Amino acid sequence: MAKSAENVSKSNDYKWVGTRQVRPDGVDKVTGRASFGADLYAPNMLVGKILRSPHPHARIVSMDISKAEALPGVKAVVNKDDIRDLPSEMVPAGEMMVNYRDITRNVMAREKALYEGHAVAAVAAISDSIAHKALSLIEVKYEVLPHVIDVMDAMKPDAPLLHEDLITTGVEPAPEKPSNIAKRVEFSQGDLESGFAAADVIVEREFTTQPVHQGYIEPHACLANVAKDGKAELWCTTQGHFVARGHCAKLLGMDISKLRVTASEIGGGFGGKTVVYLEPVALALSRKAGQPVKMVMTREEVFRASGPTSGAHMRIKIGATKDGRITAADALLHYQAGAFPGSPVQLGCMCAFAPYDLENVRAVGYDVVVNRPKVAAYRAPGAPIAEYGVECVVDELAKKLGIDPLEMRLLNAAKEGTQTVYGPKFGPVGLIETLEAAREHPHYRAPLGENQGRGIASGFWFNIGGESCATLNLSEDGSAHLVVGTPDIGGSRASLCQMAAEELGLDLDKVHPIIGDTASLGYTFLTGGSRATFATGMAVIEAARDVIDKMRERVAKIWDIPLDAVVWEHGYARPASSNAGAFEPMSIAEIAAMANKTGGPLVGNAAINAQGAGPSFGTHIVDVQVDTETGRVEILRYTAIQDAGKAVHPCFVEGQMQGGAVQGIGWALNEEYVYGEDGKLQNAGFLDYRIPVCSDVPMIDTVIVEVPNPSHPYGVRGVGETPIIPPMAAIANAIEQAIGIRFNALPMSPPKVLAAIEASNSAVADAAE
Amino acid sequence: MSKTKLHVATTINGDSIEFLCEPQQTLLDVLRDELHLTGSKEGCASGDCGACSVILDGRLVCACLVLAVETNGHNVETIEGLADGDDLHPLQQKFLEHSALQCGICTPGILIAAKALLDIDPDPTETRVRYWLAGNLCRCTGYDKIVRAVLDAAAEMRAN
Amino acid sequence: MARVVLNGNLKQLSGGRSEFELDVKDVRQLFAQLGERYPELAPHLEEGIAVAIDGEIFQDALFATIGPDSEVHVIPKIAGG
Repeated sequence: MAKSAENVSKSNDYKWVGTRQVRPDGVDKVTGRASFGADLYAPNMLVGKILRSPHPHARIVSMDISKAEALPGVKAVVNKDDIRDLPSEMVPAGEMMVNYRDITRNVMAREKALYEGHAVAAVAAISDSIAHKALSLIEVKYEVLPHVIDVMDAMKPDAPLLHEDLITTGVEPAPEKPSNIAKRVEFSQGDLESGFAAADVIVEREFTTQPVHQGYIEPHACLANVAKDGKAELWCTTQGHFVARGHCAKLLGMDISKLRVTASEIGGGFGGKTVVYLEPVALALSRKAGQPVKMVMTREEVFRASGPTSGAHMRIKIGATKDGRITAADALLHYQAGAFPGSPVQLGCMCAFAPYDLENVRAVGYDVVVNRPKVAAYRAPGAPIAEYGVECVVDELAKKLGIDPLEMRLLNAAKEGTQTVYGPKFGPVGLIETLEAAREHPHYRAPLGENQGRGIASGFWFNIGGESCATLNLSEDGSAHLVVGTPDIGGSRASLCQMAAEELGLDLDKVHPIIGDTASLGYTFLTGGSRATFATGMAVIEAARDVIDKMRERVAKIWDIPLDAVVWEHGYARPASSNAGAFEPMSIAEIAAMANKTGGPLVGNAAINAQGAGPSFGTHIVDVQVDTETGRVEILRYTAIQDAGKAVHPCFVEGQMQGGAVQGIGWALNEEYVYGEDGKLQNAGFLDYRIPVCSDVPMIDTVIVEVPNPSHPYGVRGVGETPIIPPMAAIANAIEQAIGIRFNALPMSPPKVLAAIEASNSAVADAAE
Repeated sequence: MSKTKLHVATTINGDSIEFLCEPQQTLLDVLRDELHLTGSKEGCASGDCGACSVILDGRLVCACLVLAVETNGHNVETIEGLADGDDLHPLQQKFLEHSALQCGICTPGILIAAKALLDIDPDPTETRVRYWLAGNLCRCTGYDKIVRAVLDAAAEMRAN
Repeated sequence: MARVVLNGNLKQLSGGRSEFELDVKDVRQLFAQLGERYPELAPHLEEGIAVAIDGEIFQDALFATIGPDSEVHVIPKIAGG
């Protein structure tokens, strides 16, 4: 079953793959012409607004919408009665499996409001101000219940219960009473006890992280239009319009194919737009009102009601011999899922020790519900949290053993043949290459001053393949329309066109891409899991090869020679040898011009479920300076190194590395949700939920290594997610070197750093007395 | 129906424009919902993200913090007016060459903000560019290629 | 006979046994045999899992080939964000 390496084009002689072309949608984006989720307007359009629970936990006793319905200008009011109640059914969406019973309740509360901001009703009206007035006229009777916000508090036996029927799975025997613990998972191999017994040094630490939001600058937005015969159109900003279609159709009880979804340009997603919030509600409103309904979240709603990633409490224990060989590793992860089960704790368990070649390892995870918005995927879901703990402990071990942290990682690095804790052995992977590149990099040897420190950390993500379709339509003039199904979040359109141009031998400016809507292309899974360039890329290559075969068939007929006597080279059909005949090569334009007379239009198709995604490893180096008077940590220098397999468009690979690194910097140094005792969010805006701004960071240097993925024709590995994994630990390790204080809680924001410095100073002063 | 809309006469990207609006509507609301100039984006409606950056009488502002009626008799420049007909502004061109955008939602605001900087300082340092753009949030790029593009555009504009 | 390993929590539904030698030629047969032997495991094999065959991960690939000497791991499904 191993894919043969001859699949991978060994040539470095590519014309388009590996080059830095201007993206095809670039001019639209720099002139403001591109249409994002909120940029569409329809005649006769209504404004939709959602009524949200002011309580973090409450039973919804009754609801009276009559006054709102009666307000002039209001055309529809919906609540749970307009969205289907669905039984338990697991489906893939974004990070992991989600349960339809929970999705329907998250979109519109039924029995209970489970977080402040939980949608309980919605209105559609002829103006914004009337819609707001209508919301205030909806009378909801709540029975306020005690709430729980913290993951460890939620696990206590006397904690307020979110779901009366939630019995922990993964525990034998199954508990008799419900709790807030949805699931326990465990992965293990080898013999942990003897592994720790063989260690000369053991480090065991507890870590806490806070939920952080994906922080996309574009809020959720959609425009729904349901006709009187039930046919529906939906325009929305989404990472996956086919996935959104499936969810909406299910929630509204309609045939999937009766709903046509068009993906707008998307203003950031990072996993947070792989699920539906407004869309089913807008459709329900439009169906009831008989008019198009546009809904856009405010920034406050984005924070109160759309998924961040989990916060966590972890315990990591690692043992090593005095030469630095890790003999045992143990992780205990408690992740908060928000109001419904489904944190990425299982993925965290699988990734935590992936960069290491270990015999004795265990990872145990708990998925815990709390009264906060349901978490959604965020760039390598689960992994950044676990890796923060693991990479800090490895660093501490290295320091205790007097071994350089890079050398320690090289000594224990995962490589081809390494047995993972989740089962399979790795194929070819590039971790060692990234570590060696880090060691060679001038950054690693640059001198450091007072209160400055350097830290490194590595990270891993599996990457995925998945369903992808592509169609290449050749026009009569030989130019090509490339239709794909993965929304373009970061420039993938450019890479896909480059691959098509490479295969066809066509000039790049003759390949024109569009993201097809759900009626115009076969089912395509969402953009996420670092799969667009890999999986849609494979479909594009297959579609190109398909249309090339069809063009060869035409030319064979035109020249009246056997098919295998026609070869395709650099954009031309040629006779295979002089024996085949002295025919002038035919260009795509010439063949296309004759298409209608030689059999019909020339179209290449591919509809695949791409397998063989190759994991991507990364290693980051960061230098920090700590201001001991204010607690501010400044990033002085940052280098991100990652294995891309094959960088089809190096600028976009670099962009993923830089963007992920800066998100990680925000996660490390400042981002967190601040809740009051009342369970309400206090920083629901960009002023106080502060993501990195331009002046917070230096240039982010990048190094791309290429260890080809044998399963992809060009060796491509997904790259988008890995870059967010190393920064937190790298920065914590750098701070430890700078001021000798190790931070076991994120974020390491100025007040917390300052408090730790002052505590450490007074401890020193106490000791001196 | 007791609301009265107000009449506003302003100049947008060099064109004389008149519109009716409610007193509480912001310039951003009017640009997008009434005039359908959707290039300026709403990211927060509270002046924290800069996605709605426009230039008002030569001064960089967030359109979500300006009431539409305040523009009566004044001069507004938006992203739609940055290019000169068929010719992209050097900033726009450099953003494309440097791949200084990924999703593109912050791009209009950042281009306008960068133009406002180069209007007053044709030779900014990297530090000045970073602090000037600190009011424009970008979540995708990490700012690296954006800053390079702005510095490169400044260099090109100085050379011409 | 292919060597098959159930990872993570799956072995809780197979009476604690995680390793098997099975005569199966593709993923569909693998699921059928395991599901027959352990009916509680069967619904979990329909959604939410992936299969690694000799190190290569397959998701939603019922007809992926399993060779006579293959090492097969049944693991949780992976997606992303």
